[in-house]
Amino acid sequence: MREQLLQVRDLAKHYTSNGSKLTILQNISFDIGRGEVVGLVGESGSGKTTIGRSVLRLIEPSDGSVRFDGKELTDLSATQMRRARPRMQYIFQDPFASLSPRMTIGEILTEGLKIQGIGTSKERLVRARKALEQVDLPADSVSRYAHEFSGGQRQRIGIARALTLQPEFLVADEPVSALDVSIQAQVINLLRDLQQRLGLTMLFISHDLAVVEYICDRVIVLYLGRIMEIAPSAELYADPHHPYTQALLSAIPSPDPDARRNRQILKGDIPSPANPPSGCVFRTRCPKALPKCAEVVPELRETSPGRFKACIRDDLNEIAS
Amino acid sequence: MQQTADTILNVKGLRTVFRVRAGEVTAVNGIDLSVAAGETLALVGESGSGKSVTSLSVMRLLTRKIGTIAAGSVQLRRKDGRVRDLVSLSEDEMRSIRGDDIGMVFQEPMSSLNPVYTIGDQISEPIRIHRWADRKSAMDAAISLLDSVGIPDAARRVKQYPHELSGGMRQRATIAMALACDPTLLIADEPTTALDVTIQAQILDLLQKLQRERGMAMLFVTHNLGVVAEIAHRVAVMYAGRIVETGPVAEVFRKPKHPYTMGLLASMPKLGDATRMKQAGEKLTAIPGVVPSLMNMPTGCAFEPRCRFATEDCRKTVPPLFDVDAQHKSRCIHWQEI
Repeated sequence: MREQLLQVRDLAKHYTSNGSKLTILQNISFDIGRGEVVGLVGESGSGKTTIGRSVLRLIEPSDGSVRFDGKELTDLSATQMRRARPRMQYIFQDPFASLSPRMTIGEILTEGLKIQGIGTSKERLVRARKALEQVDLPADSVSRYAHEFSGGQRQRIGIARALTLQPEFLVADEPVSALDVSIQAQVINLLRDLQQRLGLTMLFISHDLAVVEYICDRVIVLYLGRIMEIAPSAELYADPHHPYTQALLSAIPSPDPDARRNRQILKGDIPSPANPPSGCVFRTRCPKALPKCAEVVPELRETSPGRFKACIRDDLNEIAS
Repeated sequence: MQQTADTILNVKGLRTVFRVRAGEVTAVNGIDLSVAAGETLALVGESGSGKSVTSLSVMRLLTRKIGTIAAGSVQLRRKDGRVRDLVSLSEDEMRSIRGDDIGMVFQEPMSSLNPVYTIGDQISEPIRIHRWADRKSAMDAAISLLDSVGIPDAARRVKQYPHELSGGMRQRATIAMALACDPTLLIADEPTTALDVTIQAQILDLLQKLQRERGMAMLFVTHNLGVVAEIAHRVAVMYAGRIVETGPVAEVFRKPKHPYTMGLLASMPKLGDATRMKQAGEKLTAIPGVVPSLMNMPTGCAFEPRCRFATEDCRKTVPPLFDVDAQHKSRCIHWQEI
């Protein structure tokens, strides 16, 4: 068993809107081992980004505990949190919105170091140039501006910015979703290389299950702010246990003309967090739902070593396989 | 791409140019395509390949100030059997075709619906315009259309406004609007791109079912190769304003004969295969470099700077479309060797 770098327990996030309580996240618990890449998948509104940001306290969780390398993060003051931040960095989805158009790439890459008071300005620039080389961009890009770069290059700059502080832990939030498929592969390969070379621990957020399979060791499947299933990726894709994971995987269109096409199409829409279904949140669209699913909130249970699911139906695995 | 009795849309030599500060750029350069009744042709490509400009040109929806059709013809067989060249039609006649002969579905359902009119008003509008129907019978037609696109409780839904519907429901409503006058051609431009994957599956299933039932010709624009394989019979792969490969989907995807198509297929992580690749230490085969700028196109093959099969000959002239077989064509001088 590897050492746990991140331990999240009972994380919750609520908002109040027009006097009613919106539950965005509830009972989120998971661990990430040092050097491990864990994927967070789900559809819009499932809470992926809220988890990623809560873990780094870019937004404040309403409840629960986040331990990083044994230390509780939710108790830290703003100053203490800032001191802890160099060890954990964030890569954003939109390479156009996340880079300031008024700053040179050098300024963007050294800003974090400056805030942390690391090195002289000359030393910071050396680090920025090194980070650019790590993401296969020319080191002299430091004097240019973001608009001079293509989408794929900008995303490399976003990655370089996260690397300048030499973090141990990265949250990558849909880092390739805004990119065209031919460019996407370049960035995916780069992220995997860096992760392996630098021994990074990563929480990888994506709605694209094929990308997640390629890059992640384990996968957490979310639906409407709850964890449905956690499994090692090889097992999850070969043998999904939760009815939602099964439906999600079967909904992905495959470019392989010889692929079997027994698609399972879920009916209806994702419910609103303002008015979530009683019991299991997935039951309104679940093809396997029983009357009992409306009554009890299924607990996330370990069904076999390393595999967790939140579903009361234990009879399904035999049917599926 | 021969003209047959069933051909609804036949595009020949379409060239669309945009005026920019530095002069003129060619966004679409000599496109030939045809779609027959009951057939779906997918136009696939990455950002800037010209796929949306092609579909906007066919619908004549380019703003005249910015983009114009510089050459070519867009022949549409109208419902009365007459073949018209849309390029030369007056705006009045175009308006009688859009929403009647041609139904259109776009990417973002919230921006193609008007927020201040009810769903029912918007679906019945084309029926009132093209069929001169009265309010009441147009609204009844709207209810049965909503029902046919799988919106439950249609009689109540027609009275609702777009913001009261979910993303998937809104896209169903725009599909109902597109189908209101029984078009013979449906143009769908990235209709599922803004949707979640489980909702995308619903909409693809719906479009396929509607097309089969109504025998429509469908031109489906997308960047997603998986969606192409799900929905289309034939595919045209676009790169830098040109079709670089076209043919039946199964054949093109099984035996691609253009390095760009091969590259696209290889750069996609495939579900189920990724675990094997990871364990074998294999990498995704990315296409190096970036799409060339329209302002600065290579003189020969536009894909040559990124192509691993490129030779000196590739830089000389733009290659023509070679016949791989009767239906399958590739714009690569090396198609026999790759």
